[in-house]
Amino acid sequence: MRFVFKTSYDQDIGLFRHEGQRFWYALLAVALLVAPWALSEYYLAQLVLICIYGIVGLGLMLLSGYTGLISMGHAAFLGVGAYTEAVLSARGWPFSLSMACAVLLSSATGIVVGLPALRVRGIYLAIATLAFGFIVEEVLTRWEAVTGGNSGLSVGRIELLGWTVSGTTQFYYLCLALAVACTLLVRNLLRAPTGRAFVAIRDSEISAQSMGIHLAWYKTLSFAISAGLTGLAGGLYAHKLRFLSPEQFTVLQSVELLMMVFVGGIGSVHGAFFGAAFVIALPQFISVIAAKLPAAMGSAAGLQATVFGLVLVAFILFEPLGLYGWWFKARTYLDLFPFYRRGMFRRQKAFQKSDRLR
Amino acid sequence: MSALLEVEALEMRFGGVRAVAGVSFSVEQGEVFTLIGPNGAGKTTVFNLISRLYTPTAGAIRFEGRDLLGVPAHRVARLGVARTFQNIELFEHASVLHNLLIGRHVHRRTALWQEMLFTPAVRRAERAFRERVERVIDLLELQHHRDSLVAGLPYGVRKVVELGRALAVGPKLLLLDEPSSGLNVEETGDMAFWIQDIRDDLGITVLMVEHDMSLVSRVSDRVLAMNQGEVLAQGTPAQVQSHQAVIEAYLGAPAAARGGGP
Ligand SMILES: Nc1ncnc2c1ncn2[C@@H]1O[C@H](COP(=O)(O)OP(=O)(O)O)[C@@H](O)[C@H]1O
Ligand SMILES: [Mg+2]
Repeated sequence: MRFVFKTSYDQDIGLFRHEGQRFWYALLAVALLVAPWALSEYYLAQLVLICIYGIVGLGLMLLSGYTGLISMGHAAFLGVGAYTEAVLSARGWPFSLSMACAVLLSSATGIVVGLPALRVRGIYLAIATLAFGFIVEEVLTRWEAVTGGNSGLSVGRIELLGWTVSGTTQFYYLCLALAVACTLLVRNLLRAPTGRAFVAIRDSEISAQSMGIHLAWYKTLSFAISAGLTGLAGGLYAHKLRFLSPEQFTVLQSVELLMMVFVGGIGSVHGAFFGAAFVIALPQFISVIAAKLPAAMGSAAGLQATVFGLVLVAFILFEPLGLYGWWFKARTYLDLFPFYRRGMFRRQKAFQKSDRLR
Repeated sequence: MSALLEVEALEMRFGGVRAVAGVSFSVEQGEVFTLIGPNGAGKTTVFNLISRLYTPTAGAIRFEGRDLLGVPAHRVARLGVARTFQNIELFEHASVLHNLLIGRHVHRRTALWQEMLFTPAVRRAERAFRERVERVIDLLELQHHRDSLVAGLPYGVRKVVELGRALAVGPKLLLLDEPSSGLNVEETGDMAFWIQDIRDDLGITVLMVEHDMSLVSRVSDRVLAMNQGEVLAQGTPAQVQSHQAVIEAYLGAPAAARGGGP
């Protein structure tokens, strides 16, 4: 049983709720730092992908989970970031500069895509962002002079302050550092007035406005930051893949990204990384299972998509808070042990079912 | 000295409906001014016009002598006007504390980059916001609910949280749309005390819409009765309650006629 006694406001303002949390995060940090020695090259590469997807998850979580604006076109921002980085680094731009351009260009695109959000939300916004996703996909395919079209574009190494990032381990540390920085940035915003304004807009636009929140400004800002983070992830993704082609940034990819934050747990920063880990791990898991199934089933083309879909439906029905919900319950169980009682979360569930993303 | 809020010949049409049809009144600094009237009289519409959610089809609104019609909705709170809603509009999936802190939004002075880095300036501002909000929590006795999600709270508590959020803004003028609707007798009694405290101790001027006549007579300095968008009567609570046109509007003309007639 753990009691958290609050003795100063700083406990609510700070990043950690109590000493125990500080300890666990320190442990996680150590684990992540020694990962290159503990893991094989293959698993380290998966961890890199989790970092990259996690950054996308943060961006999408800020927009959809915290501001309540659904985007079905986030793969497009990933694409804008990836291609910008690929094109500029091929021209010999230093990594920090080309990455800054990737972020800024994605942000600018985000601001334009966010324009419809000033008028519509819900399903209409989903359609508008979906259309944008198609447009970007088309541009990446047709603008061959820059993107190489369907024949693709290869991506060089990262040059950072005279240091060439080579090998999975170095690239892993770079991705990890950026993922941590992005997480801190998002957490900082969420505990400051800007983050509260996002949540206010999500829950009631009319009273957000009456509390002095400029709807158009904050919605645009949310799109800009979300797209910027996704663009940053896109730049890393380009170096991870080493070869870009338009079919990596399709609308289907957008849907997968949205699913990632839903499964991870909408409205939580943890959820972004839980979701990323899930999206990366599931295909591996499926391929293990598929090997054990009769050939006709195991090699069926739609197996992965089907399992993804089923898992998503199961989460929405039974655990709307996603993986974060599981984790939260486990933590509460340990904190309250031995006083946990069944049905403790029942009321919470009732409201989540109503309209969390109205 | 001119009044805190002046409303002049205000008119609002929704298609063919004249929800507000030439309403004028002024609210003096430091008073509780109440709008009464049957459902559909246009009271909430007057509130929505003052908080600039709607733009009137005619008329003028001045706050501290400044033309409010030139001010966008998100600027009204900054001038010192905070409000509650008839059908509670809280941030449902956030804690009570979070809701009250959003009330401090108009006092945000830190830049975006500072918030991203959570610089010491941001931390200081957060502490100051929290201290202000804690005073509201103490006043309204919300301590037990501080960390609860609004969505799980009973109706009566939400009503108080919404009042608290408006107070957290630190307004000069507080607009309360039916503060006692849905409350039981005891909760209504608390609400009456708070409204008096808000006027007497915090020095905040209150403009409210209210149906509970005992609450109205208890706390109001002046009352304005409306029906079908028009002003029926204005004066002290007793004067307005005994006004012939007001009685007829509430009872319906035939009932008034049966009761003795004009
Ligand atoms: N947004 C709107 N669109 C159309 N008609 C409206 C709108 N808001 C209010 N009305 C109409 O204006 C009239 C007054 O409504 P309201 O101000 O809510 O009354 P009250 O608060 O006094 O009960 C009603 O007839 C209502 O139907
Ligand atoms: Mg009303």
